[in-house]
Amino acid sequence: MTINGWVQILIYFVLLTVLTRPLGGFMYRVFDGQPTWISRVLGPVERGFYKLAGVDAKSEQYWTGYALAMLVFNLVCFVTLYLLQLYQNLLPLNPQGMSGLTSDLAFNTAISFVTNTNWQSYGGETTMSYLTQMLGLTVHNFVSAATGIALAMALVRGFARRSSKTVGNFWVDLTRCTLYVLLPIAIVAALFLVWQGMPQNLSAYTDVNTLEGAKQTIAQGPVASQIAIKMLGTNGGGFFNANAAHPFENPNSLTDFVQITLIFLIPAALTNVFGRMVKSQLQGWAIYSAMAVLFFAGVTACYWAESQGNPQFAALGVDQQASSLQAGGNMEGKEARFGIARSTLFATITTDASCGAVNSWHDSYTPLGGMIPLINIQLGEVIFGGVGAGLYGMLLYAIIAVFIAGLMVGRTPEYLGKKIEAKEVKMTMLAILCLPLSILGFTALASVMPQGLAGLGNNGPHGFSEILYAYTSATGNNGSAFGGLSANTKFYNITLALAMMIGRFALIVPMLAVAGSLAAKKYTPPSAGTFPTNGGLFIALLVGVVLIVGGLTYFPALALGPIVEHYSMLAGNLY
Amino acid sequence: MNTQKSAPPLFDRALVGPAIKDSFRKLDPRSLAHNPVIFITALVSLLATVLFARSLFSGGERLLFSAQVIVWLWFTVLFANFAEAIAEGRGKAQAASLRKTKTETVAKRLKSAEGKEYTQVPAPQLKPGDLVLVETGDIIPSDGEVVLGVATVDESAITGESAPVIRESGGDRSAVTGGTRVLSDQVVVRITAAAGSSFIDRMIALVEGASRQKTPNEIALNILLAGMSLIFVFAVATIPSFATYAGGSVPVIMLVALFVTLIPTTIGALLSAIGIAGMNRLVRFNVLAMSGRAVEAAGDVDTLLLDKTGTITLGNRQAAEFITLQGVDDKELADAAQLASLSDETPEGRSVVVLAKEKYGMRGRELAGLHARFITFSAQTRMSGVDLDGHAIRKGAVDAIVDYVQTSGGEIAHGAQFNSIAQRATLKELKEEADKISRAGGTPLAVAKDGRVLGLIYLKDIVKGGIRERFAELRRMGIRTVMVTGDNPLTAAAIAAEAGVDDFLAQAKPEDKLALIRKEQSEGKLVAMCGDGTNDAPALAQADVGVAMQTGTVAAREAGNMVDLDSDPTKLIEIVGIGKQLLMTRGALTTFSISNDVAKYFAIIPAMFAAIYPPLNKLNIMHLATPQSAILSAIIFNALIIIALIPLALRGVKYRPIGAGPLLTRNLLVYGVGGVIVPFIGIKAIDLFVSAVGLA
Repeated sequence: MTINGWVQILIYFVLLTVLTRPLGGFMYRVFDGQPTWISRVLGPVERGFYKLAGVDAKSEQYWTGYALAMLVFNLVCFVTLYLLQLYQNLLPLNPQGMSGLTSDLAFNTAISFVTNTNWQSYGGETTMSYLTQMLGLTVHNFVSAATGIALAMALVRGFARRSSKTVGNFWVDLTRCTLYVLLPIAIVAALFLVWQGMPQNLSAYTDVNTLEGAKQTIAQGPVASQIAIKMLGTNGGGFFNANAAHPFENPNSLTDFVQITLIFLIPAALTNVFGRMVKSQLQGWAIYSAMAVLFFAGVTACYWAESQGNPQFAALGVDQQASSLQAGGNMEGKEARFGIARSTLFATITTDASCGAVNSWHDSYTPLGGMIPLINIQLGEVIFGGVGAGLYGMLLYAIIAVFIAGLMVGRTPEYLGKKIEAKEVKMTMLAILCLPLSILGFTALASVMPQGLAGLGNNGPHGFSEILYAYTSATGNNGSAFGGLSANTKFYNITLALAMMIGRFALIVPMLAVAGSLAAKKYTPPSAGTFPTNGGLFIALLVGVVLIVGGLTYFPALALGPIVEHYSMLAGNLY
Repeated sequence: MNTQKSAPPLFDRALVGPAIKDSFRKLDPRSLAHNPVIFITALVSLLATVLFARSLFSGGERLLFSAQVIVWLWFTVLFANFAEAIAEGRGKAQAASLRKTKTETVAKRLKSAEGKEYTQVPAPQLKPGDLVLVETGDIIPSDGEVVLGVATVDESAITGESAPVIRESGGDRSAVTGGTRVLSDQVVVRITAAAGSSFIDRMIALVEGASRQKTPNEIALNILLAGMSLIFVFAVATIPSFATYAGGSVPVIMLVALFVTLIPTTIGALLSAIGIAGMNRLVRFNVLAMSGRAVEAAGDVDTLLLDKTGTITLGNRQAAEFITLQGVDDKELADAAQLASLSDETPEGRSVVVLAKEKYGMRGRELAGLHARFITFSAQTRMSGVDLDGHAIRKGAVDAIVDYVQTSGGEIAHGAQFNSIAQRATLKELKEEADKISRAGGTPLAVAKDGRVLGLIYLKDIVKGGIRERFAELRRMGIRTVMVTGDNPLTAAAIAAEAGVDDFLAQAKPEDKLALIRKEQSEGKLVAMCGDGTNDAPALAQADVGVAMQTGTVAAREAGNMVDLDSDPTKLIEIVGIGKQLLMTRGALTTFSISNDVAKYFAIIPAMFAAIYPPLNKLNIMHLATPQSAILSAIIFNALIIIALIPLALRGVKYRPIGAGPLLTRNLLVYGVGGVIVPFIGIKAIDLFVSAVGLA
């Protein structure tokens, strides 16, 4: 690890913290239905949409209505995206003449983008037409992100409201989020990326003769517009197969920095929106701090592990020290222009948030270095997490934390003045349960079935890690690939799609039930006997619960994957 | 004041025997099914046993090891049953003494309300509405209300208080309890309780835990524990296929051991014992909670409504000072006050006599030789006094005395010395002094002799010793105290300040109390109060925790959700403490139980996988001797910790009123961090023993 590396990590974190409050304030106004400084421009557009769709923006929904609206919307999204891919060969804007996708790949990809996962069993530049990229994938980068944020707002309203039957209007939240938050930021970011050299065109690929005389096809297209929202909406699906390691998708250090900032931008700001809505920004900062603690733990461990390099190389006398001439450590699968610090920072951020974009190959990390992204996702994508999903995931953990430890102050558990009772516990456990069920269940299935084993790029514990990572990533709606696994098979396309659906919808519906139940409760004002949830104690408790409840579940699986691989490596066995 | 019965020793030999027997009886699946975690444990233990039996015939490896693990699995279940049984046993011991009093009483059922004719019927056949005659020496057959007559009743069977109490028709002392005995006189009682649901029946059922229903928080906690168990089902059930991938296999017995140690068996085993023990703690304080819900609510109370008289102040006001008006001799006032109070047998009256004696050495005079004519207090005149040797001495409420002096002043010769200007000056001085007393929280009594006002007696409300500290303690718990009194606001404010309550409700009528509770509740606060009269019933019913006094009316007792057998209103404070203790114990043991899993993983995972991947032995940070001893030690620890924590579950975690933050920090350190560390030490110690003895 180098000072330079740490300075970059710290600058990143300081910038994120500085941005959290102003953006939080803006988003609070958006979701509280207040006018903002761009309302004059966008207000008529917004009202036009409502008129067109016949939505009464004033009327609110019960949690069930909210859930139903969300599910119907997602179903329609899924069907259109599925059909668009299946028949892209018949549709315009296809200069490369891409053929229609196979039904299982189209199914997997449609689920993947609707659930904000962006797991890619396909290679972008060799599979998708420009129309599919723009009208299908990019559009869903927007609306799947807006769906997540809307859902988080429903839960936050559950905490903030008193004796209310409704949790908001899904259509209004979806529209306002897309129009006021996602679009403006994405447009500015896309322009910046174009300026930094990212392509934005509808041209056919260019064939060139390289200096060595070889023929090379240079893929291009409407890249910048998709990349901006890919990061901002924690989607992560690359325009190109190599994702953010591709020079057109991540031209330089500055674009890399902007991209990782975009990943955490909204999840961080949402903690502030939460604080404002429950009328105590400190509550938001407490959640932010718990996330920050886990983020730093992850980035430190990952950066350290990768800086150490491979002891087997050290034994052969290979110099793995960082110096002005080389990045040092384990550089396999990393871009020389990003180095260890920026690669591990990117890897940590992209897996903390359910983004899944990558600028280095997680498969090539050292066992422990690669375990960190895996754990980050397994903890439930709550370390800032996906847009919206991170906040509601963390709030569900907070409910558990408050329930277990809150009793120890001698009161029945309460969080933000709302009593946590049987119904909330039941729904929260239901939501949390679906993650290990899907991750471990599918991994167990794939690790013994021939169809599962067929896709492996490595044997032994490393191969196991590849399978585990795939289902972890899908269930966590992350979408990053460990790599090494050939996932474009019927078996993986379908099981991974199921994992993505469980990870999204099996969690959302009980979460909305919690929102509805909380909103209906009356508010209990805090007293000296109330467990304060805005201090260091709560932060420590929340971190502890995330680690113990989220982490312990996967310990046996991790022991058989990265942990044993690590000890084997030390003992001289590589996989 | 407190009549807390001493707790029986935790493991009384008389209790342990039956509890062990009950532990086996509770293996009945219907009984186990109440507790999801222990039910799952029993299920996998059964599975392991069946598999073991099969391998006994078909042959298998390490049978002795498997047998030991299975034995400890069953011990885990039995220990859980034992914890519940011993908690119930302690309640049963209390119930047995109650039951002794509930003999087969024969009731004298009256044929008509007016007549004296009755038929003898067994008590269980009585229906609500029946009228029964209870005569000297009879046992009151069931709960009811006195409709005719007055009697002294020995209620020691219920309250443990040997002094008899008076029960009479009408008013707030009309309720009688089945199983108590009439000592003198006779009463006609209208039965109010149906057979089997009388107070004593409910009391027996409650302390035995028979009618115990899971409380809301307990249900929620059970759901959480079941959910955690399910998570570990996924974690463990997927291991065989992971092992297959790695080219090895894991014996079922190891999977079972891992699963049982991971699921929160500790809290699962102790959960119902904690609930029963909480109820019993209340019973030891002579408080009967009608539901566990009320006990939990007690822990959550935000506002405590306390009656001034008897709770905050001693029941009786006492003379604290004589205040003379200008030109009056101290001794003259004291003398007059004492004379006027000689026949006054109320505590207030007696305190005047005592004050005069203590301050001026005036001895109580013999009444017989004085030829006195005493005037007793009446609600109309609001004064009392004595006519003696031609002198008329009166004491009473200030305005009553002023009225008296003004209207009767001319009639008495000695009073003629008043002229109107002097009278007005005296009046002004009197009013000022009286206000001063009121503002200080006292009650002024004016004394007049022969139509001339001499001065005032300062009757003081005596705030109970130590009550201020208790309110400070409550404030640190986050509980607001509100004093309810019929006094005027001036007096109420002064007493409120002296006692250190947060707020007061002066000149309170029963409706005001109800309105105050509703207002507090509309702000989301939980309110506790106690009361005894029928007019308290609506407020008792409205309050989240309503403690009715045992001496109170039937209506009050029905309205409240707790009954205090000692009729001691300060006990609300203890009740709140017990509620908090119950919740804290649950939280502490849950946290401890979950934290334990870290160490158990480090014991079992390397043992389980070392055969497949030897490098994983590096995770054996406790350096446990062999895989078998590691697993055995973990499962033994898991079982023994239940036994070790039974005392804590029964006794409860101590509640300290130090504010929520420090309290949580403390408990998190003890039960959270401690819960991570303790099993590392415990498992290592057991492993040393197991490998030394050669068990594995």
